[in-house]
Amino acid sequence: MKMRRIAAIMLRQIYLLRGSPTRVLPLFAWIAIDVMLWGFITRYLNAIASPGFDFVPAMLGAVLLWDFLSRVMQGVTMAFFEDVWSRNLLAIFASPLSRAEYVTGLVFTGICTSLLGLGVMIALASFAFGLSFLSYGITIVPGLMVLFIFGVALGVAGSAMVLRLGPAAEWLIWPLPAVLSPFASVFYPVASLPVWMQPLAYALPPSYVFESLRAITQGGQAHGSALAIALSLSLVYLAAAAGYFVHVHGVCVRNGLIARYSAESVS
Amino acid sequence: MTQPSLHEPALAVAHLTKSFFGRTVVDDLSFLIAPGEIVGLVGLNGAGKTTTINMILGVLAPSRGSVTIAGVDLGARREDALALTNFSAVYAPLPGNLTVVQNLRVFGMMYDVPDLTARIDEMVEMFDLARYRETRCGLLSSGEQTRVSLAKALLNKPRLLLLDEPTASIDPSTADTIRTHIRDYAQREQGAVLWTSHNMYEVAAVCTRMMLLSRGRILIEGDPRTLPGEHGMASLEDLFIELSRSPEEGTEP
Repeated sequence: MKMRRIAAIMLRQIYLLRGSPTRVLPLFAWIAIDVMLWGFITRYLNAIASPGFDFVPAMLGAVLLWDFLSRVMQGVTMAFFEDVWSRNLLAIFASPLSRAEYVTGLVFTGICTSLLGLGVMIALASFAFGLSFLSYGITIVPGLMVLFIFGVALGVAGSAMVLRLGPAAEWLIWPLPAVLSPFASVFYPVASLPVWMQPLAYALPPSYVFESLRAITQGGQAHGSALAIALSLSLVYLAAAAGYFVHVHGVCVRNGLIARYSAESVS
Repeated sequence: MTQPSLHEPALAVAHLTKSFFGRTVVDDLSFLIAPGEIVGLVGLNGAGKTTTINMILGVLAPSRGSVTIAGVDLGARREDALALTNFSAVYAPLPGNLTVVQNLRVFGMMYDVPDLTARIDEMVEMFDLARYRETRCGLLSSGEQTRVSLAKALLNKPRLLLLDEPTASIDPSTADTIRTHIRDYAQREQGAVLWTSHNMYEVAAVCTRMMLLSRGRILIEGDPRTLPGEHGMASLEDLFIELSRSPEEGTEP
């Protein structure tokens, strides 16, 4: 892999962000709205619930961490969609850029944009509602890593789906985090789910993270083995997503979809 | 990366075949292009020109056959082979939301062009784009966009340049300037050019050789200036019309 080619993909996104406030604003706006909405809800719950339990790290923290995962996914898919919207895929895939370099460029772009969002999120939640991610202890580090890797995996898989199904399939990708959230036990323990949903929850790495963080907010401890499972699972999903992208690209090269992408001839 | 040999053909296409759902679009196509040669690929719409170009660009896998660019097998060493080529096509405009210079810088990095800033300046000057340097490509006229696309196509001094109807939708004066630049490039850099066009005047003026494609096969091949006479026709356009109207070589079903 050549770093210069990966940097080209990132530079393209930097140019787009630099010249377009409408692209920059969503990096912060939705996060800010979520912080405010859930911040006031948790403050209200703290006021009416019995004293001793703090809803801020339990609920606001969970919302923001799920937001972080969504931002990572969207960072990757947005970078890909820019090439879809500007009909740039033919020029990209006819260049010496390898598939690995292209996807790595998308992922690095996702890292940059999601870290910006994470910074705003932490600052706002901390100043406005007193949420400190430090209250989760060292668990927050592997937790964020799991959410980050799983977000990247979702972004890569989502991009592959759009590559395969055409530009209109974009609408299938945006709600993906919302579709997964009931299974990921963001706000409630896995045990509170119906029995048939629990295996699905345990198949999703974020549910281990949220279970661990919940345990900490309730005075307990995170289980290292659970986080190790989550990390392993997220790496498996990432490898599967990368494999899926390579497979889809191969299919598109065989049937000529890249050359006539805007025709959406699959759908 | 292995250095390409100057003695190798810039492009060697061998038994290239592409079928979609049992329908053969390119049928056992074989040809060579030498360094410095400008070869016209002409034919009716649907004759297989763009499909052939897409296979040479690696965005469409052949059902059979091989593509070798300056001695580098595209199937085995895709990235190395594509680093030696570049293309411009009317259906592949550069992103309209980036400026001329931004587009050239991004693609220059993708093609790993050395001393990129100086090369961009050179291309901007060559294609008379100085006043549009900071203009977004989407705001340019179609002729100006074509010039930017050609600047991108020449950025890496490709051993093989693929041009799919590069002068379609631009005025005769600009088209003439573009033809001059491409001819100069082929002579100066010994770059080979595969040029598709429906403009027979252009093919005769620019190409050192032409291939007329019909139903994915080469129907006739030769010097565009002498071919009409060899077939008893007054002009290349007359020859094209005559051959495309013959019952066995007409439009595809």
